[in-house]
Amino acid sequence: MFANPLSLVIWTPIVAGLLVLATGGDQRAPLARWLALAGAVLGFLVSLPLFTQFDNLHGGMQFVENMPWIESLGINYHLGVDGISMLFIVLNSFTTLMVILAGWEVIQKRTAQYMAAFLIMSGLINGAFAALDAILFYVFFEGMLIPMYLIIGVWGGPRRVYASIKFFLYTLLGSLLMLVAFIYLYFQAGKSFDIQAFQALKQIPLQVQILLFIAFFLSFAVKVPMWPVHTWLPDAHVEAPTGGSMVLAAITLKIGAYGFLRFALPIVPDASIELSPIIIGLSLVAVVYIGLVALVQTDMKKLVAYSSISHMGFVTLGMFLFTGSQMNAWAVEGALVQMVSHGFVSAAMFFCIGVMYDRVHSRNIADYGGVANKMPIFAAFMMLFGMANSGLPATSGFVGEFMVIMGAVQVNFLVAALAATTLIFGAAYTLWMYKRVIFGEVGNHHVEEMKDVNKREFLILVILAVTVLGMGLYPQLFVEKMHLSVNELIAHVAQSKL
Amino acid sequence: MDMKSLYLLIALSPLVGSVIAGLFGWAIGRRAAHVVTILGVAVSAVLSIGVLKGFLDGSTQVFNAPVYTWLTVGGFEFSVGFLVDSLTAMMLVVVTSVSLMVHIYTIGYMHEDPGYQRFFSYISLFTFSMLMLVMSNNFIQLFFGWEAVGLVSYLLIGFWFKRPTAIFANLKAFLVNRVGDFGFLLGIGLVLAYFGGSLNYSDVFAAAPALASKTIQIIPGVEWSLLTVTCILLFIGAMGKSAQFPLHVWLPDSMEGPTPISALIHAATMVTAGIFMVSRMSPLFEMSDTALNVVMVAGSITALFMGFLGVVQNDIKRVVAYSTLSQLGYMTVALGASAYSVAMFHVMTHAFFKALLFLGAGSVIMGMHHDQDMRNMGGLRKYMPITWITSLLGSLALIGTPFFSGFYSKDSIILAVENSNLAASGFAYFAVIAGVFVTAFYSFRMYFLVFHGKERWMENHAHHEHHGDHDDEEPSDDHHHGLGPNDKPHESPWVVTLPLALLAIPSVLIGFFAIHPLVGGEFFKGVIYTNLEAHPGLEAAMHHAHDAMAMGLHAFVTLPFWLAAAGVALAWFFYMKAPHIPAAIKQKFSGVHTLLENKYYMDELYFAVFAKGSRALGTFFWKVGDMLLIDGLLVNGSARLVGSVSRAVRKLQTGFIYSYAAVMIIGVLVLMTYWFKPLILR
Repeated sequence: MFANPLSLVIWTPIVAGLLVLATGGDQRAPLARWLALAGAVLGFLVSLPLFTQFDNLHGGMQFVENMPWIESLGINYHLGVDGISMLFIVLNSFTTLMVILAGWEVIQKRTAQYMAAFLIMSGLINGAFAALDAILFYVFFEGMLIPMYLIIGVWGGPRRVYASIKFFLYTLLGSLLMLVAFIYLYFQAGKSFDIQAFQALKQIPLQVQILLFIAFFLSFAVKVPMWPVHTWLPDAHVEAPTGGSMVLAAITLKIGAYGFLRFALPIVPDASIELSPIIIGLSLVAVVYIGLVALVQTDMKKLVAYSSISHMGFVTLGMFLFTGSQMNAWAVEGALVQMVSHGFVSAAMFFCIGVMYDRVHSRNIADYGGVANKMPIFAAFMMLFGMANSGLPATSGFVGEFMVIMGAVQVNFLVAALAATTLIFGAAYTLWMYKRVIFGEVGNHHVEEMKDVNKREFLILVILAVTVLGMGLYPQLFVEKMHLSVNELIAHVAQSKL
Repeated sequence: MDMKSLYLLIALSPLVGSVIAGLFGWAIGRRAAHVVTILGVAVSAVLSIGVLKGFLDGSTQVFNAPVYTWLTVGGFEFSVGFLVDSLTAMMLVVVTSVSLMVHIYTIGYMHEDPGYQRFFSYISLFTFSMLMLVMSNNFIQLFFGWEAVGLVSYLLIGFWFKRPTAIFANLKAFLVNRVGDFGFLLGIGLVLAYFGGSLNYSDVFAAAPALASKTIQIIPGVEWSLLTVTCILLFIGAMGKSAQFPLHVWLPDSMEGPTPISALIHAATMVTAGIFMVSRMSPLFEMSDTALNVVMVAGSITALFMGFLGVVQNDIKRVVAYSTLSQLGYMTVALGASAYSVAMFHVMTHAFFKALLFLGAGSVIMGMHHDQDMRNMGGLRKYMPITWITSLLGSLALIGTPFFSGFYSKDSIILAVENSNLAASGFAYFAVIAGVFVTAFYSFRMYFLVFHGKERWMENHAHHEHHGDHDDEEPSDDHHHGLGPNDKPHESPWVVTLPLALLAIPSVLIGFFAIHPLVGGEFFKGVIYTNLEAHPGLEAAMHHAHDAMAMGLHAFVTLPFWLAAAGVALAWFFYMKAPHIPAAIKQKFSGVHTLLENKYYMDELYFAVFAKGSRALGTFFWKVGDMLLIDGLLVNGSARLVGSVSRAVRKLQTGFIYSYAAVMIIGVLVLMTYWFKPLILR
């Protein structure tokens, strides 16, 4: 089992996390840190073969592993990735490495537990992306909430209890219905929880499809999050420690969007088409309404959280742009690129805020001003990430939005026009924040005392900057991995199940 | 060396300089930073001149090839690629030569600035971006370059990032440009969707004729011509970048940036990107008279009404800035008249004489110890002879003095508009003719105020004012102190005056030599397309272009010449002879003066509607939508329920992370057993 690359990417970080946990109290924190770093590096290294050895010319699942788990119920330990899920496993393993580095000396209490929580969460998230069995997916999907809940609840800010309850309540609500949907499909698919068997179902009446879609929708829309079930995210981000925000934005949100692609669209295509106008509408609300809300935020983390919701609007928009029963290849691939890119950019933005927070202990825009005077290197990096967040070409932030807008023009010009307002709003809220925080005269004595980035922070910023620029200049590297899987998905969804 | 490597070298050598100066400027020092960036741009400039020479003598062929695949999607391939034809070659030379002059000039101008290396890195990065823009063979790379020059413009306007006015101006510039890009990107979307699924120029232009009568429904039930909608959307992009009314508001404020970049970016090159783009798209624009009318109207308004604003400015840079806006309007009018080659001709002559005027203004500002208010100047010709002569030559070129470069390009524009048959051409003709007088007046108002008359820096020092419209905000660095009581203005060092002298040469001469090939001849043949049957305006200009000497001599009996002469004479009379008259006029027509001084209140309008409006809307959505309705009613209602439960549960807390985790996992397992019970029992 441990020979399979997918099992490796799931269990390496979990085992490493347990080892870190075993180091015990804070007196042995240095050991815990180095052990956690080793685990994260190893976790990232074992995820790389998925990318490098991935066969671009093969559309189906790769690196498949299948063995019985609970035989009496037909539940299997069934793993496999296509060109879509593979990218997120690599992204997640990468983000975990960044997060371990980001928390290095910042987390002084319960260091081992903090590091362990992230490593274990990383394994669970990889599991959710790799699972081909619905129950296995469900276990990972729910399981990964536990470390996140703890990260917010233990290392979070003053209102962490409110935030974590809100977070949990929201997510629990949806996933229960998803489980019901799985059980229904289990019987339809001949007592199998195999996701591919769900997808292969030939006939599902429209009413049933719509009910199933609603179940999936409630579960995944909360995670994305889509308007109007998005209000947990700003609170969670504000209370979460920097690392928690990085993972939350970079990865956790992607699971929701991934759920739409893996479950809702292929299992209930007719309901997806039927309800796509609603999803498109909600996505556009996310782009425009949330974009405006982001503009007036006074808390940097809330601002970036709203910006995340707005950017994720492009993801759901891209997935549900249909011409007849045909998904739009531009828009779907754009949505996927946007997900990966947002993983890098949002992690970088939250990290930048964390760097400033560690020095001044405030997230309020008004408490800053003129940071560039004291931290010029940091200011240059944050400029790059701010531009990426504004969707500037040659950064990764442009590629996905560009592709979705191009796809949208082919489907409906007005939808495209509304989506394209992000060019203005995205730049407005990001650069206005940047102006107030980074530019200007030194705002107060806290800013006066700020020191520029240390070597560790510099390393993280460089790595993120290289990825953001690399993906903007050569997106082909990522996109060519997903072509066949997306084509298969489009062909599959085009076949009616009525 | 094959052509591809040559073109890569042209584009990349400024980038290499920029990266070295930007990332390692702290280590290599100031001198090395300017040496390496100047070297990079010089390499580009020399090679570009070689390329242009090749196109002039016919030895170089059009180059159109991809460099690398950026993205494939939906079966289509999108590459970064180069198209180098005569249009590109001309732009290459303009961009690299002006950039080289500005690089050299910067050594003197930024001499005292702590951000010296950063500045050189930015202007080289700009040069690279601009080269990628003009060398692109497809819409995506065009958009890349488009946004990249916008980014560098943003960085450079805000170069002195401590100044509140500078960081207000750069944000404004970026956002207004984004409004333009919004249209531009949607236009590109329509091109991709309908023009054969490609974004390469050659494919798109080949597909266009078949789409002449195609209509699309943007608002359901209303059919619009595809080409008209596409062209107007593309032109909205040009309006942003080339600062055409009503998206012109960012350009005057961009003067907050250091003067070298005002010359390079906000006069000579970047702002002409929109003109370049429309010329590049001439096969599309030629198919829509509606779009051409829109172009012409926007250009006419900009040409005339921005000229008026130049008349009331007291900041030397702002006069030149409004002059630039007005001249960009002239170019746009030429585009509307289908005289694309004439527009590009004016882009070139304007690049030289306007860069010269800006750099001259910068030299004056240095001589005045960073005082920009013309009311404190006067009589500078004695102290700054080279700046004086070169500025005079630049001004003469700008107002269209016969045989100067600006004369040939501006007169060609007027000829083309006069003979245009579009509906808007009547208004446009009035605007460009009236604009000649206005241009001459404000140009020589500036010239006389700065270089002639009384030396006012002593007497006016008492009420020395900070330039610009944000007078209340004190500048924070040492850049605006003006002359002390015992100081005298001084001529600038040779690194400043040499570029002035070198730019003065083309400002005077290039029109005479270039008009025949560019407008009358075959230089742009097969590159820029004008349908002369449908849009005959260009023919008159082509006819005159055949004999530059005759055209220059003929000018003395034409209306534009006498209008320009009248403008100069009036400026002389008002500001040299009878300075009480403009003061009296100002008093008498104080309403008009206030309107002009406040730039027709467009900044105030935009700020009230767009900036405040979107903030009010955002606050409403946030406070009412998110907080009151969603959180207040839906979430917290249920959360209160859970909250009361959790208060009970909290008593069980032990504080150990293990027990949290254990309880959670047990909880999940219990729940799962509960859900699966029916299945297990079955």
